[in-house]
Amino acid sequence: MKIRYFAWVRERIGKPEEELAVPASVTTVAELVAWLIGRGEEYAYAFENPKVIRAAVDHVHVKPEAKIVAASEIAFFPPMTGG
Amino acid sequence: MVGQGELPYITPMTDTVRIQREPFDLAAETAKLTRGRIDVGAAVSFTGICRGDENGEPIAALTLEHYPGMAEAEIERHVAEARARWPLLGVTVIHRHGRMTPGEDIVMVVTTSSHREAAFAAAEFLMDYLKTRAPFWKQVEKTSGATWVEAKATDDAAVERWVARERHAAE
Repeated sequence: MKIRYFAWVRERIGKPEEELAVPASVTTVAELVAWLIGRGEEYAYAFENPKVIRAAVDHVHVKPEAKIVAASEIAFFPPMTGG
Repeated sequence: MVGQGELPYITPMTDTVRIQREPFDLAAETAKLTRGRIDVGAAVSFTGICRGDENGEPIAALTLEHYPGMAEAEIERHVAEARARWPLLGVTVIHRHGRMTPGEDIVMVVTTSSHREAAFAAAEFLMDYLKTRAPFWKQVEKTSGATWVEAKATDDAAVERWVARERHAAE
């Protein structure tokens, strides 16, 4: 599964994207965040306040309870500030 | 050939959503939606420009990061929603990414319709959604260093107005 990071989430994790073998037991966005936090302190730092982090599954905004099974790309980023 | 009683050729409905590094030409983009047409009665445009300050502190430049693929898809979804809400004839949205200095254009929205109400409302709707839902992030260069711009509660409130209007209309 491809995971992408943007803005300060990307800076904190230290990479723009990575290909990860996510365990089958991880089925939602919130579970994926918890699993990522367990991977190291850079992830714990990026997700220290999970409420402010937004997620997208295959280019569509989703809520933390959204399913990630069958997703090909998941992205995490801070609230958007374009325009 | 335009036959007796027929309208001259009218450009088919086409919407444009573009994410690009280069500057854009608002007048040229507007002309593409209006030239040679007799059904367009109103063209409304909005341009977002890089200011020279952020929260009162001067900035040297801003850099816009975006999520390629999703940025286009998200804006296209909002254009489709605007089309479902108002009788629009054309929509063009161009958002730049990369580094920009104060005074440079960042984003433009043009909407056309037969009458001004739809064009005004749709342009405002698109900008409100773009600011809070399109995956772009601004980083500003200040003398104290580079910082990420924080999302504004007023922008969330601006989007909430459209949701409230929809609820009201459904009642």
